[in-house]
Amino acid sequence: MTVRILAAGAALAALAGAATAEELHIYNWTDYTAPELIEKFEAETGIDVIVDTYDTNETLLAKLKSGATGYDIVVPSQHFVKIMIQEGLLQKIDIKSMPNYANVDPRWKNPPWDPNQEYSVPWQWGSASFSYRADLYSGKGESLKEFFEPSEEVSGRLQVFASPDEVYNMANLYLGLPFCSEDPEDAKKVLALFQAQKPHVLTYSSEGMNDRLATGEVIMATHWNGYSLVGRREANPNIIYAYPKEGIVGWFDSLVVPVGASNVEAARKFMNFVMDPENIALQSNFAAYSNGIMGSEKYMDEALRTAPELNPPADVPVKFGEACSAEAQKLIERVWTQLLQ
Amino acid sequence: MSEVAVIDARRRWLALAPAYLVIGVFMVIPLMIMVAISFMEQNVYGGVFRVFSTDAYTQFLFQRDFDGNLVFNPAYLVILGRSVALAAAATAICVAVGFSVAWFIVRQPPRRRNLLVFLITIPFWTNLLVRAYAWVIILGRGGVIDSPFRALGLLGPDGTLGLLYTNTAILIGLTYTYLPLMVLPIYASLEKLDFRLVEAASDLYADKWWTMRQVVLPLAAPGVIAGAILVFVPALGDFISPNLLGGAKRLTLGSLVQFQFATARNWPFGAAVAVILLVFVMASLALYVRLTRKAGKAGQP
Repeated sequence: MTVRILAAGAALAALAGAATAEELHIYNWTDYTAPELIEKFEAETGIDVIVDTYDTNETLLAKLKSGATGYDIVVPSQHFVKIMIQEGLLQKIDIKSMPNYANVDPRWKNPPWDPNQEYSVPWQWGSASFSYRADLYSGKGESLKEFFEPSEEVSGRLQVFASPDEVYNMANLYLGLPFCSEDPEDAKKVLALFQAQKPHVLTYSSEGMNDRLATGEVIMATHWNGYSLVGRREANPNIIYAYPKEGIVGWFDSLVVPVGASNVEAARKFMNFVMDPENIALQSNFAAYSNGIMGSEKYMDEALRTAPELNPPADVPVKFGEACSAEAQKLIERVWTQLLQ
Repeated sequence: MSEVAVIDARRRWLALAPAYLVIGVFMVIPLMIMVAISFMEQNVYGGVFRVFSTDAYTQFLFQRDFDGNLVFNPAYLVILGRSVALAAAATAICVAVGFSVAWFIVRQPPRRRNLLVFLITIPFWTNLLVRAYAWVIILGRGGVIDSPFRALGLLGPDGTLGLLYTNTAILIGLTYTYLPLMVLPIYASLEKLDFRLVEAASDLYADKWWTMRQVVLPLAAPGVIAGAILVFVPALGDFISPNLLGGAKRLTLGSLVQFQFATARNWPFGAAVAVILLVFVMASLALYVRLTRKAGKAGQP
């Protein structure tokens, strides 16, 4: 990653008569861009990469909607890719003609959020489920029932995400309801489930899962697969990521080029670059999340390649969050407010 | 008006211009944007449509039921009530503790006084979030408070007093955070207190309690009231204590605003809640002005 001071120095050198270096501006999630990947790209192409960061899809969307230009690549999650396409914020890029497109796992080609693969290149994907302390809990994490209707062991030692995005969909999976339902009757069922769960909840928080699981303050917590993996490796070997039979809630981040990008050519080069298995493995090794490129396993750390957190069993469905309609979104908000009122 | 006076007035205006500019840019304009957004229509994907709408304010009191009728919905009023109650309780505790501390400091020799006032400001050197997390560790399972109880066998080896993630924890957090804002103004007004008046009271056979009530408290009232405002107002909008120490199990106004902007993507409603919060703050300031006038009169001989 280019150090700002170096960039300033380079700018001075340019003033002194040297040729101006080409630049690629990436706007990505915080702590989500592998420095090794950027260094390799810079060395191969001579393009200077400048990374700026955000922490929610909403921030990214607000920034693009406010007319911010200057970013050549941004990294929205699947449902936001769809929203951004609808809102006309993205450029069509001829991804299928790129040489490395052949490396994309057929499973992730033409995804529902970009049916003709006109805008997006796979970056990282993962899932949300719950994790538990295998040594303190007698269950096996086989069903979402264990999470929503916890046993005596778990009562009072359960952590739930602070925002409804994933938890609401976990409830939908458990109750067999569709995502983004506009039917108030469905919302009532979800609310009843949440309200029955609440007395057992210690805290609603989207952070500190590994700390609390490691100390035993909670013995079950909603979790991200990659973050749970970090917890198992660094905090406590008994933190197990559950694969309930009803399914897990997936997310999928992609590289896209916003309208108004100043260096589309460099963005295309970068997109092609990350569809190379060896390159994207650098990113996966850094962030501990899966990618959608075939053959990258060869270059991934042994611990990641075999990690159960990154390799869901074939019989557990992965359902991706969708962009809900205004009506459905309001129901979700109402349920959550009612739960916490 | 003479020419000199006109020039004087102009000069004064020019000299004040930077102040007006700062207030305008950093306070008035953002506030106006907030009020404007609260009267717009929500875009579910974030942001607003620039169409006039009072939906956000209607939503605070009513919701559409499943047949589309407007029905009264007390959910947000409950949240408002909870926030006011928590802030008021924290303010009351701060007055009690803050007054004692300020009184103790004032009774010290001047040199030690300065040192003590300096010590009061030390917590401000550390980020608020870090201090809130420290309380998570202190109050949490097996934390500083649990440990001695465990060591004495009053709790099982895995037992906990269950202090964290309760309203008590929120109150501890609020009191801890805002106490210095109470101590300093009370100290300021006690420092100016003429202790000959206290001596006079005891010469006139007033006991300590009577002296405190009839002499010291009326003279310290402006400090107490200023402190109460300084504590009550930010405590009302605080979301760090409710989220971190309360476990975010119940919303307060501050966490409701945060939820609307960060998660629910309902900017107009978030802005409307902020406006309602603002109205509450202004009402308490108006109360402050009335009270200080009374206190000022009471303080006159």
